[in-house]
Order: sequence, then structure tokens, then C-alpha cells
Amino acid sequence: MALTTQRVDVPVIVDESKCLEKCNACIEVCPLDVLVKNPETGKAYMKYDECWFCLPCEKECPTNAITVQIPFLLR
Amino acid sequence: MTNTQQLKTDVLVVGGGTAGTMAAIKAKQANPEAEVLILEKANIRRSGAIAMGMDGVNTAVIPGNSTPEQYVREITIANDGILNQKAVYQTGKLGYEVIQELDSWGVKFQKDTYGNYDLKQVHRVGKYVLPMPEGKDLKKILTRQVKRHKAKVTNRVMATRVMVKDGRAIGAVGFDVRNGDFVVIQAKAVILCTGACGRLGLPESGYLYGTYENPTNAGDGYSMAYHAGAELTNIECFQINPLIKDYNGPACAYVASPFGAYTANAEGHRFVSCDYWSGQMMLEIWKELNSGKGPIQLKMTHLDEDTISEIESILWSNERPSRERFHESRGENYRTHGVEMHISEIGLCSGHSASGVWVNEKGETTVPGLYAAGDMASVPHNYMIGAFVFGRLAGTNAIEYVRDVEHLEPDIDWLAAEKARIYKPMQNPDGIPHTQVEYKLRRIVNDYLQPPKNTYKMDIALNKFINYHDTLDLMGAKDPHELMRCMEVHFIRDCAEMAARASLYRKESRWGLYHYRIDYPEKNNQEWFCHVNLKKEDNNMTLFKRPVEPYIVDVNLEKEVYDVKVTSK
Ligand SMILES: Cc1cc2nc3c(=O)[nH]c(=O)nc-3n(C[C@H](O)[C@H](O)[C@H](O)COP(=O)(O)OP(=O)(O)OC[C@H]3O[C@@H](n4cnc5c(N)ncnc54)[C@H](O)[C@@H]3O)c2cc1C
Ligand code: SF4
Ligand code: SF4
Repeated sequence: MALTTQRVDVPVIVDESKCLEKCNACIEVCPLDVLVKNPETGKAYMKYDECWFCLPCEKECPTNAITVQIPFLLR
Repeated sequence: MTNTQQLKTDVLVVGGGTAGTMAAIKAKQANPEAEVLILEKANIRRSGAIAMGMDGVNTAVIPGNSTPEQYVREITIANDGILNQKAVYQTGKLGYEVIQELDSWGVKFQKDTYGNYDLKQVHRVGKYVLPMPEGKDLKKILTRQVKRHKAKVTNRVMATRVMVKDGRAIGAVGFDVRNGDFVVIQAKAVILCTGACGRLGLPESGYLYGTYENPTNAGDGYSMAYHAGAELTNIECFQINPLIKDYNGPACAYVASPFGAYTANAEGHRFVSCDYWSGQMMLEIWKELNSGKGPIQLKMTHLDEDTISEIESILWSNERPSRERFHESRGENYRTHGVEMHISEIGLCSGHSASGVWVNEKGETTVPGLYAAGDMASVPHNYMIGAFVFGRLAGTNAIEYVRDVEHLEPDIDWLAAEKARIYKPMQNPDGIPHTQVEYKLRRIVNDYLQPPKNTYKMDIALNKFINYHDTLDLMGAKDPHELMRCMEVHFIRDCAEMAARASLYRKESRWGLYHYRIDYPEKNNQEWFCHVNLKKEDNNMTLFKRPVEPYIVDVNLEKEVYDVKVTSK
């Protein structure tokens, strides 16, 4: 199979300056399991574009680092 | 090399959403000594349909407002007579206790100044809607109770099959969606609570996960019950909802209509007399949209500022809170705009319509030791309270059942075959991505299976779904997360085949738009006043008629026809 990597606009934005390295809150609650930590920076980011825009990640973030946008296709 | 985890429990609950958390709590209440384990694909703290709470109870039968008999009658009429009344009666009878118990745990329901539950009328007849303006912490409260009752929880493990031996359920297998471990759980009874099949049709936006249902619920339980040999029923009675156009939440008349909002066409005229979701209502919406009088809208512009603010504060804090930013990004405001509504993608869900795994009034499926509850268990229009009630019934009855049975060893060859099936996409990491395989499958669903249904189209659909096994074999996964999505596509394919076969089998129209066939446009009680059930027999999907159980509440269906059409506009 021949594959390519395409750029996509993802709905979840993490403000890295606010994201705590020891925290995992958003990653633990996401029902779609689409958020992970960047092993190099220790900051959370959206790895998979599979979002229900349900907001638990945003609500549970202790520092308000997360903003969930409506996915581009629906906006 | 894949690591294998072996677990053992008395009662295994698959899916820790609304029904699953309640099933576990009730099983532990019934016998605190018994081992109860919840297996959850996500994290029970925020999983499933009520991950962000709920705006209200849709089907609350509260003494002084309605009776279980009235409720059974209303659902019998709304579901065109095809139901097991004894099961629906349970929701009417036990719902009040469920609400009281949730209340005692700290779940907030709306009360009047006298402290009584403050019910609203949304149904045609009777008050059943109980608002929960502060319903956002529902799932957190349930999680606390699961812990308090000492039920065990394994998060981030997705079940793929129920294990069956000697004709009874003996556990389940699955895998850890983060580390990829193969997980085998032996149990004396299994309760499936995996929610709806929400990823069957494709939303018009084209975004795979922009579905009405929580997209984690991909029909897992429908497929697992099918492969375990259980009967499924009413699969042709699709779930189709009136939603905000392009957004996956309701407009939402349940919240807004008690305040004076209503569903209207582009001219601002009412065309349905009742906002309670039904196939009949959806058919009126479909007709209106096709009559040139669309788009349709939820009209609120005539309400005063205080009322609109109150509606907004409810709609923007629970259930689907992202709707606020949806409207904002489009520059829409309830004061100046109607909320444009449209028809959702199709799905399978007993919580909203009637399609699911066959269960009786005890939550038992047709396979001994296998129970089902919630959106995947066929108790029509069951919604959230029905999920709690059947979670409770399944939990207590499973505890009763496990008293007299022992664990059975799973079959080694079967386990090896299932393991090979699950991990196949990992062996082929450069295979076709699940996103493309899923998109194509669900586009076929839209093109050929979406009502109005017709035989030619559905024959094509069925053929394509059968051949899609070969396409599934081409899928590749680079990590356990992608593997989860791949296995979900397998579930979706199974559900699509069931949906096509059941829809072809029932040669009449029923339930409004849910099963509207162009080639058989009329209801035919003579031949089709029955359930259409299906099950796996010798590796084939077999369909058959199952008679409707004798009624316990008399309803004259000749006289009482569910009709919500407004004729004088
Ligand atoms: C947007 C929305 C609004 C609604 N509004 C209302 C309302 O206002 N009032 C009302 O009464 N009802 C409402 N409902 C319906 C109600 O929420 C549902 O009927 C009810 O919550 C269903 O409960 P459930 O336990 O069947 O499913 P869920 O609560 O969704 O639970 C299913 C669980 O199974 C897990 N799971 C799925 N597959 C697997 C697997 N393979 N392995 C392990 N775990 C798995 C999921 O992660 C999830 O936790 C609404 C539903 C939705 C989607
Ligand atoms: S909005 Fe929901 S699905 Fe999207 S990342 Fe946050 S928790 Fe996950
Ligand atoms: S919850 Fe907030 S602080 Fe914690 S990991 Fe996520 S983004 Fe970072």
C-alpha cells in the first residue's frame, strides 16, 4: 500500500505554556482517547482527529489550557 | 509478542456508561460478596452518552403525574404496537425509584417550590419530561457510587467478543487500547451495556465522529451479542433524529418547548403537533423538507429575553455544551434566528427507537448468562431512565443467576482464532487506514440504506456489505489506538448487514420514517404485526418473525394511531 500523511486542522488546541507536565487529566477523561502527551515536551496534544466535541477534556483541565473548537467540517 | 492478561469475576459488565455503572452498583448491592467487574473502552468517569451529563429525564413516570399503565399505553402507540409491554412496564414502574436513588446520591432534578419533581409535557399525552438544569455531574456521581460499592473497573479495554461454551456466556475477550495487551476475562454472567450503534450512517458534514451518539458506541454490543448467538430485534426500526443542521445535538424542543418554543417550517408555521421524537414525527419532517417549505427550524424568536437566557443557560451547560460555540462561530443567536434543523444520520438505538438485542423483562437475552441493558437492549423509547432501570434489572438478575453456575474454561482454539482476528491489522501497519475504510462503508449506508428504503437499493447495499469483509482485511493499524478503530469498523459492518437484511425482510412500512419503504408504503398489520428477529445460525444470518407478547395493558391500535401531523397551516 502506498500512503501519505495529510495535514488536517484538529479541533483541540492546547496552550503549552499552561499545560502541566505532571498532569494527565484531559488524557484520562477523553471518551475517544485521542489526546496524548508529547514525550519530548511533556505537553498534551491531540494526536488523532476523532473528536465528539463533548468537552470533558476542557472542563477537567486544572489550568484552562485546552480549547475545543467545533471541527472544521461542521463549523 | 502480545502480552495476555487473564481476569476472573463473577459478573462482568461490558461498558460502564449509564446502564453499565448502574448494573454494577445493583449487582454489588444485591450481593456485596460477589465480584463485579466493569470493562470499559474509555474511562467510566466521562464515557458514553451522558459523558457531559443530561438536560433532563425524557421518560419519568412519577406518581401524581402519570402511571406505568399510561406510560406503556403511550409507548405502545408511539411504537406502532410492536413491543414487549412487560419490559416497557418495568421502565414505568421502576423509574421513580431510580430517580429517588439518584437524587439521594446528589443528582439534581428540577423541583417546584413545594419540593416536588417539576415535570413538563413534551409527549402527545402526559407529563414525562423532568428537567435537570444541573445535570452535568451525572457521570462523576455514578463513578463515585461504583467505587463506594466496591465494583472493580478496568478502563481502556475494548471487548471484541463474548465467550460462549455449552450454550452459555462464560466471559469476554478484548484488548487494551493503549498498551495492546490481549485481555481474557472469565465470568459466570456477562452484561452487555455498550450503548447504541452511533456510527452507522455518515453525518452530512462528512466528519466521521460528528454523530448524534457518542462515537465510541459503534454497535459493539449488537455485534458481540449476534456472534454469541443471541437474537436481535426490530433492527429495521432505525434511529433518526431531528438535530441542529450540521451540529450533532438536538435543537432542543424537549428543553425549549415547555418555555413556548416550537418546531416550524421556513414560513414559521407549525407542521407537527408534538415534539416528542418518533418515527412519525421524523416522517413529517422529511415530508416538510421535501415539500419546498424547508428548511425547518426550532422557533424561539417570539420569546422574551429572560426566557431565552434561561433556555441558553440550560442548553450550554449540560449534555452538548459545545453548541454555544457552534452558534457563535456562525453568528447565530436565538433572539434573532430560528435554530435550523435537519435529519440526522441513521443509527441503531433502543433508547430512541426500538432496535436492539432481544431482552425480556429481566434483562435476559436469549443466551443463558448473557444480559443486555441500555441503548443496545431492545426496550423501545427507553432513554436514560430505561437504561438505568434495565441496568438495575440485569445487575440483580445476573447476581441471582451466578449463584448456581461455575466458571468454564474457554476453548483454546477459539481464543487463538479471535486473537489472530483482532491483531491482523497490526501485522499490516501500512494497510488502508481505518478512516478511509470506515468512510466508504458509511457512505454506502447513506446512499443505499437511508429511508425512504427501496428493495433495489437495499439489495445493492446488502451485497456491498457482504463483500466488505474483503475490504476489512485490507485495513492496517500502526498502534493499539488505531486497532480499536479498526475493530469498531468490523462492528459497524455487522450492524449494516443486519440493518439491510431486517429492512428487506419486513415488507411493509412502519414507525414513520424509521422504516418507510417506497415499495411497500402502507402498514400491513395482517402480515407484519410481529417482531422481525435475527440470529446467527451455522454462520448464517437467519431472520424470522417473532410474535408480539400478549399485552398486559389494553390498547386499541385500530383507534389509537400515532399521528402528529398538523393539517391546517
Ligand atoms: C446527545 C444525547 C442526548 C440525549 N439526551 C437525553 C435526554 O435529555 N434525556 C434522556 O432521558 N435521554 C437522553 N439521551 C439518551 C440516553 O442518554 C441514553 O439512552 C442512555 O444514556 C444510554 O445508556 P447506555 O448505558 O446504553 O449507553 P452509554 O451511556 O453510552 O454507555 C455505553 C458505554 O459502553 C462503552 N463501550 C462501548 N463499546 C465498548 C466495548 N466494545 N468495550 C467496552 N466498553 C464499550 C462506552 O465507552 C460507554 O461508556 C441522549 C443521548 C444522547 C447521545
Ligand atoms: S472534546 Fe471530547 S472527544 Fe474531543 S478531545 Fe475533548 S474529551 Fe476528547
Ligand atoms: S488537563 Fe490541562 S494541564 Fe493537564 S495535561 Fe491536559 S492540557 Fe495539560
